[in-house]
Amino acid sequence: MTNHWVDIKNADLILIMGGNAAEAHPCGFKWVTEAKAHRGAKLIVVDPRFTRSASVADVYAPLRAGTDIAFLGGVINYLLANDRINHEYVKNYTDFTFMVKDDFGFDDGLFTGYDAEKRSYAKTSWGYQIGPDGYVVTDPTLANPRCVYRMLKAHYARYTPEMVATICGTPKEDFLKICGMIAEAAAPDKAMTVMYALGWTQHSQGSQMIRTAAMVQLLLGNIGVAGGGMNALRGHSNIQGLTDLGLLSNLLPGYMTLPGDGEQDYQAYLGTRALKPLRPGQLSYWQNYGKFFVSTMKAWFGDAATAENNWCYHWLPKLDKGYDILQVFENMHQGTVNGYICQGFNPLASAPCKVKVAGALARLKYLVVIDPLATETSEFWQNHGEYNDVDPTAIQTEVFRLPSTCFAEEDGSLVNSGRWLQWHWKAADPPAEAKSDQAIMAGIFLTIRELYRKNGGAFPEPILNLTWKHRQPEEPSPEELAREFSGTALKDQTDPKDPAKVLLKAGQQLNGFAELKDDGSTACGCWIFSGCWSEKGNLMARRDNADPYGIGQTLNWAFAWPANRRILYNRASCTPDGKPFDPKRPLIAWNGAAGAWTGSDIPDYSAVSPPANGMGPFIMNPEGVARFFALDKMAEGPFPEHYEPFESPLAANPLHPNNGKARANPAARVFKGDWASFGSAEEFPQVCTTYRLTEHFHFWTKHAILDAILQPEQFVELGEDLARKKGIRAGDSVRVRSKRGFIVAVAVVTKRIRTLEIAGRKVHTVGVPIHWGFMGMAKNGYITNTLTPFVGDANTQTPEFKSFLVAIEKV
Amino acid sequence: MALQSLDIKRRSATTTPVPGARATLEVVKLIDVSKCIGCKACQVACMEWNDLRDAIGENRGVYDNPADLSDQSWTVMRFAEVEPAPGRLEWLIRKDGCMHCADPGCLKSCPAPGAIVQYSNGIVDFHQEACVGCGYCVIGCPFNIPRLSPKDGKAYKCTLCSDRVAVGLEPACAKICPTGAILFGSKEDMLHHAAGRVVDLKERGYGQAGVYNPPGVDGTHVMYVLHHADRPELYQGLPKDPGISPLVALWKEIAKTLMNIGLGAAVVGGIVHYLTQGPNEVTEEEEETS
Amino acid sequence: MHINRRQFFKVCAATVSGSSLATLGFSPANALAEVREFKLTRATETRNTCPYCSVGCGLLIYSLGDNSKNAPAEIIHIEGDPDHPVNRGTLCPKGAGLLDFVHSPNRLNYPEYRAPGSKEWQRITWNEAFSRIAALMKEDRDAHFIAQNDKGQTVNRWISTGFLAASASSNETGYLTQKIARSLGMLAFDNQARV
Repeated sequence: MTNHWVDIKNADLILIMGGNAAEAHPCGFKWVTEAKAHRGAKLIVVDPRFTRSASVADVYAPLRAGTDIAFLGGVINYLLANDRINHEYVKNYTDFTFMVKDDFGFDDGLFTGYDAEKRSYAKTSWGYQIGPDGYVVTDPTLANPRCVYRMLKAHYARYTPEMVATICGTPKEDFLKICGMIAEAAAPDKAMTVMYALGWTQHSQGSQMIRTAAMVQLLLGNIGVAGGGMNALRGHSNIQGLTDLGLLSNLLPGYMTLPGDGEQDYQAYLGTRALKPLRPGQLSYWQNYGKFFVSTMKAWFGDAATAENNWCYHWLPKLDKGYDILQVFENMHQGTVNGYICQGFNPLASAPCKVKVAGALARLKYLVVIDPLATETSEFWQNHGEYNDVDPTAIQTEVFRLPSTCFAEEDGSLVNSGRWLQWHWKAADPPAEAKSDQAIMAGIFLTIRELYRKNGGAFPEPILNLTWKHRQPEEPSPEELAREFSGTALKDQTDPKDPAKVLLKAGQQLNGFAELKDDGSTACGCWIFSGCWSEKGNLMARRDNADPYGIGQTLNWAFAWPANRRILYNRASCTPDGKPFDPKRPLIAWNGAAGAWTGSDIPDYSAVSPPANGMGPFIMNPEGVARFFALDKMAEGPFPEHYEPFESPLAANPLHPNNGKARANPAARVFKGDWASFGSAEEFPQVCTTYRLTEHFHFWTKHAILDAILQPEQFVELGEDLARKKGIRAGDSVRVRSKRGFIVAVAVVTKRIRTLEIAGRKVHTVGVPIHWGFMGMAKNGYITNTLTPFVGDANTQTPEFKSFLVAIEKV
Repeated sequence: MALQSLDIKRRSATTTPVPGARATLEVVKLIDVSKCIGCKACQVACMEWNDLRDAIGENRGVYDNPADLSDQSWTVMRFAEVEPAPGRLEWLIRKDGCMHCADPGCLKSCPAPGAIVQYSNGIVDFHQEACVGCGYCVIGCPFNIPRLSPKDGKAYKCTLCSDRVAVGLEPACAKICPTGAILFGSKEDMLHHAAGRVVDLKERGYGQAGVYNPPGVDGTHVMYVLHHADRPELYQGLPKDPGISPLVALWKEIAKTLMNIGLGAAVVGGIVHYLTQGPNEVTEEEEETS
Repeated sequence: MHINRRQFFKVCAATVSGSSLATLGFSPANALAEVREFKLTRATETRNTCPYCSVGCGLLIYSLGDNSKNAPAEIIHIEGDPDHPVNRGTLCPKGAGLLDFVHSPNRLNYPEYRAPGSKEWQRITWNEAFSRIAALMKEDRDAHFIAQNDKGQTVNRWISTGFLAASASSNETGYLTQKIARSLGMLAFDNQARV
């Protein structure tokens, strides 16, 4: 979230799309009801299903699963065509005036540089025009057809209300009503918030769906303001934290990135990340990359990390490609992966195409499952009848199942969607012999380390030199680890203006990332968390919920990264001369007397840079402004374009009926063997989408009796038209088939799933909740991901769980 | 005699007066159906707090689970997909459970002395120690709420968390409700809040929004805010004009007669046994007449 | 008044038992009228955070006993933390049912091992688990570690063993896991952000 949960109460309009907050995040959704109660806010829900969120919405509109870019592109077209945008905001805080390279182009669904063979783009033309001074060329008159504004307008002019209706199936009058409501939020004193979740991310074009919505928010001037923002409602309690800490194939903590094979030179590695400003007077905060990197390496490798060895740069693994979960299961399926460790993660249930995942696991030499619960993954080798019909004797994988603690049995911190690091306390001992995750990781690692110490082996240096300053080495304490990622001075830190003045002594906790150095004198395991445990103590454990401004800015509750800042880009809540766009909900403002930005939040800005200096509010971008034109950052193009899901009821993309290459995302990765596993609309005519129910959490709560009572048995949902056509009544047992397998479940026949008119034909949607499996207290069921396709978003490789094809029949 | 933690206003099958000198705050639980998302957190909170676990049932083609109230489920969500106007779908979700009537039909019909009490704060509570399991409260209730336990034959229903209220806490369901669709407080505050909600709903196009606080039972201590107060039946059969069943009046007449005749303990014991062990379910037909 | 036969019988039966019981000496004055005792009066309260979605709701965990040496804490009730700015005491149905996650019959109690081709688990000790897992990992790493790629570039990666990190483990666990995975040269490393 750019903003945070409580801030939603400041919204005048709430768009829930690509998510179902009432169902998946009920306690956060409370702030929608507060906005409605206290600001008279309106709620719009756009979803293939009339969800629990829709049940309390002011306006609901259906759309076909996977067509959100078409819908949102239509909104952009409406806002630009009717000139309902925040002019002062877009002109000053976005790249509207920036000139795009002359060789960049877009032709019938493909951008310049496409290589059909590799399914990827050469992105050299996807850039701004750079002048002789090294800065981007701009056109403040916005008249040049190559400026971003003009190019944006031209790109989305094709997304007419008629085209939206054709692609999405959303009735034109519903769409226009919603456009009119959204346009109201362009007023400087009105804010719309966008709440989304896996309903956007789990598509082959999910990242671009989110980008399209962010572009709508920029046009309205709603990024960085109270009650606005792009608010990703993360699915798990600490998936934000684990992402922040870089537990992804290509990441280091704090969104630093691992080097690729070609980056053999440390300085060159830094050079492509510590970017120089692209416009005069810009902060370009990533210029400090070296400080973050060196401090991380000092935290990990201590004295072994020196200037001479480039802070152990070559000790880090280098990427020849990304090894996301889909790539790894593909490799496992090919037989090139021998071992796998699942820490609190149940991929047999969570990953797409169960038959492929199960087959891949069976090719492993060893599998280690660390979990508080008996998961399906841990028993992938066991025969569970129709739900997991395997022959254990044919599976040669050694499997370990290690019992871990749950939340109630440990201390530690979690990061919520609002980027709050919140500390929690242990209430009881774990059952029997269960151990904490730290103890389990330490047990495995220290045993390996001892083997390397005794016997040597491949490249043992990083293993032998990994810092391990724990008073109980076999059980590193949460306090010690939190202090380590927050950051410590390794040498006395002196005042740059007065070297005799010691600000921090060696061994003391740092106050924040502004104190990080690239000379090896500071250690910090995760720069964006820096300051969460300072000399003032554990700020994550703070419990003062005072809200002095009445807009939900509880700055003394826990700790928010970065720097305890609650709303990102908050400089953009003010006009260029430093006054709040909406004086009633000020976040910060330029305080001339104090010579600083002050207010209800920590400025996301240079705190003492006066408005006259012209520094842009998007300080992480070298141009200082937000980008409509994404440069080379996205896989499939600088402007989002609608493509069909890989399995679609349509033979062609209605925007590009004659270009087969532009039917589905041209830059999405598809493994060779998986093309054959996509079904056709002839064989599988119904659109299918999978989702959570409010009664359950993923594959856990089926183990909890109280939640098993609420939704005891697997079901699927279908509309009345389809049910009639197929002779299915509520309560009947039905089989849902995709090209990859089938499930059998109880039918819920509902008015809440409408038949849509798509490109002149009727399209039905089948909804499949995800929560069942063959372990747990609820009735056993099929794993929903038996049905889902093994293809992901072109940028993140998030699987396309939200739109694919099935056939349904009565059993 | 145990100390009373809440003052008693009325007791079942009792004519002796109750202590009445103290004046206590009258409480109300307000269920704003227009804010309810049907998440069932209240069902879980109710079971968890009251140490109940209903059976893990089955899906019958609807979202309602458990399918009905029981001795283990003192509240359930009832889902209705309705189109009050053509093409305008509404998913009306009502939390069903004891209404804590000001004039409680269950208490009036209960033959077991002290098995049902009404506290002066408005809570109507069942005391299973005194319950004989006759099931008459089931018939006496205009809302079809109490259920006999197959385990001990006694009647159970929502207590409005009288144990929590007695120590100054809100009921578990009201505390847990993520959207604030369940509020708990003084009757005065709740009526004031409800009036504000009705204004808001009317502004949002629900011209017939209103508060459900039926006069036929002298009002209730659980009230609803409804978008369609003129059509409570849309909410899975919420009765439009509930009143105490005429059977209760009849019972009183018979009771007098039988009391005069006098019956032996053996006969009574036999009947009590039958009643506690035998099935005692309300048929659809009976529901319609009640 | 519409009364059918069955109802009439029921009414009579109930009447008999009720009125007779009164005459048999269950005098109302002795009927218990006390509410159920409040069950948390001296339970120990601990602050925690819900482990499910990312709202990060504050919890109050109540455990039996006062943390005396001789009374190991047993969690008996969980409800929302009213001080928490986001949830303000509320919880969703998942959070409301956390007690049954903590006490799920499917909680794992001991390290277990399943041998190749076996149909069952066998209980092992932690030492056995750590030793065998470490040996398997080292053997695989030593055999498949890639110090240099085909072009002779230093890459120092190990991609034949993968790691999936959790979605609900703490930052402290996540940080430790990140350190360990990278020190081993792991790249086949992902978390549950995508699914």
